[in-house]
Amino acid sequence: MSERITKSMARNIYFGGSLFAILVFAGLTVDTVQKVPKLSNADKITESVARGKNLWEVNNCVGCHTIMGEGAYYAPELANVFDRRGLKDEVAFKAYLNGWMAAQPLGEPGRRKMPQFHLSEAQVNDLADFLIWTSRIDDNEWPPNIEG
Amino acid sequence: MKYSSQMVAKNYFIFALILLAGEMLFGLILGTQYIAGDFLFPEIPFNVARMVHTNLLIVLILFGFMGATYYLVPEESERELWSPLLANIMFWVFAAAGVATILGYLLVPYATLAELTYNNLLPTMGREFLEQPTITKIGIVVVALAFVLNIGMTILKGRKTVITIVLLTGLAGLAVFFLFAFYVPDNLVLDKFFWWYVVHLWVEGVWELILGAILSFVLIKVTGVDREHIDKWLYLIIAMTLISGIVGTGHHYFYIGTPDYWLWIGSIASAVEPLPFFLMIMYAFTMAKKRRIDHDNKMALTWAKGTAVMAFLGAGVLGFLHTLAPVNFFTHGTQLTAAHGHLSFFGAYIMILFTIISYAMPILRGRPHGNCAKAQAVERKAFWMMVIGMLGVTSALVIAGTMQVFLQRLPDVDALSFMATQAEIVPVYMVRLAFGVMSVAGLFLYFYSFFVKEEA
Repeated sequence: MSERITKSMARNIYFGGSLFAILVFAGLTVDTVQKVPKLSNADKITESVARGKNLWEVNNCVGCHTIMGEGAYYAPELANVFDRRGLKDEVAFKAYLNGWMAAQPLGEPGRRKMPQFHLSEAQVNDLADFLIWTSRIDDNEWPPNIEG
Repeated sequence: MKYSSQMVAKNYFIFALILLAGEMLFGLILGTQYIAGDFLFPEIPFNVARMVHTNLLIVLILFGFMGATYYLVPEESERELWSPLLANIMFWVFAAAGVATILGYLLVPYATLAELTYNNLLPTMGREFLEQPTITKIGIVVVALAFVLNIGMTILKGRKTVITIVLLTGLAGLAVFFLFAFYVPDNLVLDKFFWWYVVHLWVEGVWELILGAILSFVLIKVTGVDREHIDKWLYLIIAMTLISGIVGTGHHYFYIGTPDYWLWIGSIASAVEPLPFFLMIMYAFTMAKKRRIDHDNKMALTWAKGTAVMAFLGAGVLGFLHTLAPVNFFTHGTQLTAAHGHLSFFGAYIMILFTIISYAMPILRGRPHGNCAKAQAVERKAFWMMVIGMLGVTSALVIAGTMQVFLQRLPDVDALSFMATQAEIVPVYMVRLAFGVMSVAGLFLYFYSFFVKEEA
């Protein structure tokens, strides 16, 4: 194979092929950025959701959990935790999450440990709003079942 | 060594190896926490250990790339580095920033670190692999710019070869795509979409250019094969890399709230991604067969061939295993992802660093013909211990991921919960840890090979 391809042919494949790939990807990026607001219900990103996302980040939640399948694989998926633990009831979910966060770390020996983050009730509610908003993103029906 | 400024590479190589030891030791901590959940808690929670593990990995690879570049560019350009002083200053700046950041992770809670570093002014923290405080990220940009300037000036003023041009393209791309690390929108979907611009376009894009350039340099040196030949292969490999890899970013856009056309586009483009790695195997072995010299440094060629094979297995085979959207629906975010990540980072990026270090370090230490036969024999044992160790780690993770799919993801009724599934996998995690210990032992044996001397 390599005998029939000359160096200049290889170079042209490199430049031409890469340019083509970059243009295709750039075009798809523009289209995606236009479609994401609808798929993600961007109009529902309240200040509380935004604060919740920031709390998610500064406490490095993604260091153990996944969210829409991305993150660490040490603790449960949380993009659908509202469906799993909140029974789709926002008030019940906030009560549950406040109780759960306050109880950490659980004492059970040998169990994987979640640290105590010392969040206020208002902060936990923001976090809950972020997770509720996330659970409603159109992510092509992922995950396969409620267990995440 | 033909140019005295190549010597700046030495500190970069040594520091990269020290960081690698730290990275792998933290891997053992994590592996233990998968079995005994309260190990080292609350002193080092899992998320902290993981952050140290992954951030050390990224930083050590950057140190390694820089060392490799400082070593090979003067020789390719046939002139001294534009500024060895700048290279030395940047080494200490980067090393200090890196150590301070890791200590920050270990010594204070992450939220406190965010406060101390004024993350609220420009929030960039808390995203996977990009956990560094904003100030560290700015430091990385400064170091990268100084580095690209130094290398760019050297290349432009000297002889231009395909290797240096490809390397410079890769390094410039590395610096440019890192800028997306500063874009953190409130919308999680857009956040994730552009996060991959850094992560995917680094490891499955521009880093492969750097990898190809380093591999080509070493192959020329240890096989004496004609440059025309090398150049052609290099162009073909990086062409396939970018054609498949750029649009292949789409295999991360299946289930994160992006449009559904990515299911098709991502699957098709990324299905081609193993091809450049397969070409790399043919490349390394063809060049080795056609070699016109028998270099005394046998281990450099062994590492080069090993890089091609292991990168193909890790990035190519394990990547393809779960890259098609219908498969990924069930495997997304399981230990299969971890298996792929581990073997591709080790096979492609750690092994290419071993390749260049194995070739260059003996020369930097005044041994132009490589280490003595006895040292190389030790190094060869270390090579196999690490390779088999990492194959063991990742095979165990493939089994773990498959168990997750069958216990937790596939059943419509009576699917096990995440935590119950993890409990079932513990025996497999024990096997993984044992192979991890073997890999670390291999690394320390490798270190020992530096100090083996021929009997008088």
